[in-house]
Amino acid sequence: MSAQRIADVFTRAYLGVFFLYLFLPLIVMGVATFNSSRFPTVTPWQETTLKWFSALAADNQMWDALWTSFAVGLGVILVAVPIGVAAALFLSDLQTRAKPFIYGVMVSPLLTPGVIIGISTLIFWRPYGITGGYLLMVLAQSSFIAAYVMLMVMARMQRFDRTLEEAALDLGATHLQTFRRVTLPYLRPSMLAACLIAFLQSFENYNTTIFVRGIDTTLTVYIASKVRTGVTPAVNALGLILISVTILAAIVYEIRRRRELAATAAAAARARADEKAEIAAAVPATA
Amino acid sequence: MSVLLQRYGWALTSIIVGLTVLWVVVLVVLPQITMIDYSLRPNLPLPQRDGPNDVLTWANYTTLAGNEIHRTIFVKTIWASALVTFLTFLVCYPIAYHLAQVATGPRAALLVLLLIIPFWINEILRTFAWWIILAYSGPLNIALMALGFIDEPIRYLSGNSGVIIGMVYAYILFMVFPLYNAMESLDRNQIEAARDLGAPVWRIHWRIIAPHAKPGIATGCIMTFMLAAGSYAVPALLGSPGSRWFTEIIYNWFFEGGNWNQGAAYAFILLILCIVFIFAMMRVFRVGLGDIAK
Repeated sequence: MSAQRIADVFTRAYLGVFFLYLFLPLIVMGVATFNSSRFPTVTPWQETTLKWFSALAADNQMWDALWTSFAVGLGVILVAVPIGVAAALFLSDLQTRAKPFIYGVMVSPLLTPGVIIGISTLIFWRPYGITGGYLLMVLAQSSFIAAYVMLMVMARMQRFDRTLEEAALDLGATHLQTFRRVTLPYLRPSMLAACLIAFLQSFENYNTTIFVRGIDTTLTVYIASKVRTGVTPAVNALGLILISVTILAAIVYEIRRRRELAATAAAAARARADEKAEIAAAVPATA
Repeated sequence: MSVLLQRYGWALTSIIVGLTVLWVVVLVVLPQITMIDYSLRPNLPLPQRDGPNDVLTWANYTTLAGNEIHRTIFVKTIWASALVTFLTFLVCYPIAYHLAQVATGPRAALLVLLLIIPFWINEILRTFAWWIILAYSGPLNIALMALGFIDEPIRYLSGNSGVIIGMVYAYILFMVFPLYNAMESLDRNQIEAARDLGAPVWRIHWRIIAPHAKPGIATGCIMTFMLAAGSYAVPALLGSPGSRWFTEIIYNWFFEGGNWNQGAAYAFILLILCIVFIFAMMRVFRVGLGDIAK
């Protein structure tokens, strides 16, 4: 038993150290925003200041980069989500011995280093006159993000009761109506999640983007170039804002998840109570 | 195809098949093939392309063998990525085990959420955070000196150590989740039984948990190695000109050397390296491709 105790204490200590390791870098980066040093650091602490937020607000290059990132992210959603959904539908109904191979080819972009995706896209489109820039960033990122979308939609597709579609068709609905009224509504949650993941993946991409960006600058490219050429804590201010938004989103997500859990639990309890009342009502009749 | 047709009709089926084929052929397969073709051709000025001098050649591949600096960097990239993979595994194994087999209910959900949050934040920003921590007069050096572990500051950012530290941090999630998924399906009774029969903790892990988690270990190692070997962001921020990564050499061929054919050959070598690693992992852990691509 005491060996178990020791193991418990050890695990707890490890968990503590691990999560400290996970969050301390982010805290250090956030705290450095408030140091007046021209160089982002926490040591030595010079003066506490808010000036780096106004420096960030005045940084027009940063705003341009942010808009480019948004535009690329939206483009990726428009290209990768329809492709991913189509591929998921295609693969779900594929009945051939080549299926594992086709599946392998489809998920291969996820196992390919991002730089190689960028390079192959850059080389492939050059003869057609498409050089680095917005379009190429969208195409290169979509080629692997579509695979994420496909996996997410396929996971939901596996739990889909396909007799629903057949019932709709039997009852005289057209193919298009069935797709719009039965299949799509069922896939909706996974498609929304896929849009979010697609955007986040695009927003944070660096390794692929760096090869296909041409002269465009996304936010990650901008931050990286700043770090290499002389960075001020304005970048920390930007990081702090992004971290705060993320943590806020995580909290909202967690609260909503708990509410939903509570709601389903309450519904289940109500159903049980109704059942009991029904049984109770039935008892006198049979007695 | 007939099932698709039956279910969706002509119009929708052609859209579904059209989009899928467009993706697989135009965005995935053809660019790769073009890259390989490019890597086998000499770097010629535009008018000479497709002319008599445009012949297939291995020259771009033999460059790596002949260039000692590039060769050293290539070898460094391999062992450093393997080291990153190993360290990440060590860091992640206890956490994955705790999440999968010890923590329960809302607490486990909260821990998973805490684990994911840092990874919703840009890789560049996370790496930038380490750039601040590892700086010569940064907090890590100051703390270590205050505690008396070192007498003078360490230059993490001018060697390989900064890159390795930053990569371990950057890829934790890609190791934790495959491990967690594999361990979660293990019946707790097996662990209880082993414990009741008097097996020490290390043997329970060695004989029961690790063998069960093999597909997860293989997947986590493959993802981490691939990300590490193919990373441009982390070495660009935490490395120095003296500690370049293979991806940086590739980048230079494209945008400084202006020799795309040479760059394509180096990129393909990197891809081959990752494929070799995938097969090596499959051999070592005796798992199939299906277990990995799940």
